[in-house]
Amino acid sequence: MTAFLSTNAELVITVVKIALLLFIVLTVNAYLTWFERKVVAHMQSRWGPHRVGPHGLLQPLADGVKFLFKEDPTPAGVDKFVYYLAPLLALALALTSIALIPFGPDPIRLFNHDIYLGIAPLDVNIGILALFAITAMGVYGVALAGWSSNSKYPLLGGLRSSAQMISYELALTMSVVGVLLMAGSFNLKQIIEAQAHHPERGIFGWNVWPQILGFFCFFVAAVAETNRVPFDLPEAESELVAGFHTEYASFKFAMFFIAEYTSMITVSCLCSILFFGGWLSPFPASWTFTHYLPSAILIPFGLWVIWDGFRYETIFGRLILPGAGTVIAGLGAVFVLFPNVNEFIQAPFWLLSKIFVFLFVYVWMRGTLPRFRYDQLMAFGWKLLLPLSIVNVIVTSFVILARMTWGAK
Amino acid sequence: MTAALVVFFVLAALAVIGAVSLILQKHPIHSALSLIVVMVALAGLYLLLGAEFVAAVQIIVYGGAIMVLFVFVIMLLNAGVEEHTSISKMAGAPGLLLVVALAGFVAATIAKSTESVQAAPQTGEIASTLGISNMIFKDFVYPFELTSFLILVAVLGATVLAQREKS
Repeated sequence: MTAFLSTNAELVITVVKIALLLFIVLTVNAYLTWFERKVVAHMQSRWGPHRVGPHGLLQPLADGVKFLFKEDPTPAGVDKFVYYLAPLLALALALTSIALIPFGPDPIRLFNHDIYLGIAPLDVNIGILALFAITAMGVYGVALAGWSSNSKYPLLGGLRSSAQMISYELALTMSVVGVLLMAGSFNLKQIIEAQAHHPERGIFGWNVWPQILGFFCFFVAAVAETNRVPFDLPEAESELVAGFHTEYASFKFAMFFIAEYTSMITVSCLCSILFFGGWLSPFPASWTFTHYLPSAILIPFGLWVIWDGFRYETIFGRLILPGAGTVIAGLGAVFVLFPNVNEFIQAPFWLLSKIFVFLFVYVWMRGTLPRFRYDQLMAFGWKLLLPLSIVNVIVTSFVILARMTWGAK
Repeated sequence: MTAALVVFFVLAALAVIGAVSLILQKHPIHSALSLIVVMVALAGLYLLLGAEFVAAVQIIVYGGAIMVLFVFVIMLLNAGVEEHTSISKMAGAPGLLLVVALAGFVAATIAKSTESVQAAPQTGEIASTLGISNMIFKDFVYPFELTSFLILVAVLGATVLAQREKS
């Protein structure tokens, strides 16, 4: 056993990492639904889920159990093979894309092996291209689901979604070219490092300032690619019942659901990495006191959860919430007490914070914006986003060329 | 047998099975799906050869854009199961002969070649992308521009055809 472990250490580490990341992503997905329902509810002066567990925290678990045990009928006249393939494809591709995201620059040293955060090695030269390749394939999940259901609403939803995804993929890819030109690489790690050329500038060294146009195009196109509000026409319930997944029930529906939320996470990761400096801190590098920010957030938050738990209505909540609060505050205390650990978590902390902000923006938009009309959607994509992103590429290239020619820095 | 060789044979088998299935499937969507399998398997083979950029572009352009358009059109036209006519004898006999001839030619070429079949070393460097862009935009810039022009003409032609149908 030990001999096997030592010869195939890399393989074992990768498999463990995949299992761990899968667990984390699926859990985050589940709590993203809770987060979305809570935030949208509060925006609409409601409470949101609050019956299952304290603050409705066990709602995702209840939903999961419900998805598993619902009846799973296969409608008559469907194309069986494609009907089963579609949700699998959607989920598998969405989860695969997370594997390419690097979560931190430094490895953990465990059992004499450097373990990096993220599944793909940091030197994948085509990182961003591989992600786009996976996104490009992601259309099939939706399109095939719509077609194979052999029903008119899913078919219309599938058609809409393929047209929408083809249209916005162009703008999505073009909008990133500016960032790639500035970094001179497809490698996600090098794209982040290119934003750290001037460590004293902090937040002002990020790509979002010179590439503000690119960021606008990228974010809008990415929201359209993930079929989220205001671009959720493929599942416009007022016109198409539920769009492409009308005929799917039980866990096959859940698979589309998880795929959608996973793509949200991927897009948030990409936004942070390409335009917002990835794991870089927004503060100048000399401000070392900002390294205590994770603790400064975690400890008060943990204490608040403890305090909130003691006055909670149910006995279950009075037990669970203070326990969770202790864990959170304890984590913050560990970061203060062990400087090594604190230094290590800086990069993942900032990346995760940025991802969280983008996920919030997603939910915020869902609570705020009405849906596009279909012709508006097409006109917006082709007549505004695509020309804008092309202009962005041209301007960026000329600026870079001018700097190379006249040496202005 | 190295791991790279195993991966090569799996991908090669996948590509061949996909290609055969493309012809044998009766429904256009199934044929299109088979073609996607071929495209992805080919991309895997490129990756095995160390051509990362070409592999990614293969999936983005062929697997993604072009095949999505195929599937989209098939869905839009709602094409049903294809009708089977009895194969004409004229096409059958020479076709079989041609298949045998082509297979023999390929087999002979492989048998004659002295180099053993093996996966190329995985170089996987950024230079490959740089090399491709140097070739396209320096050495072959005129053919490249001509191709772009051809595509532009095709786009204009399609627009004109679509416009005429409307009025």
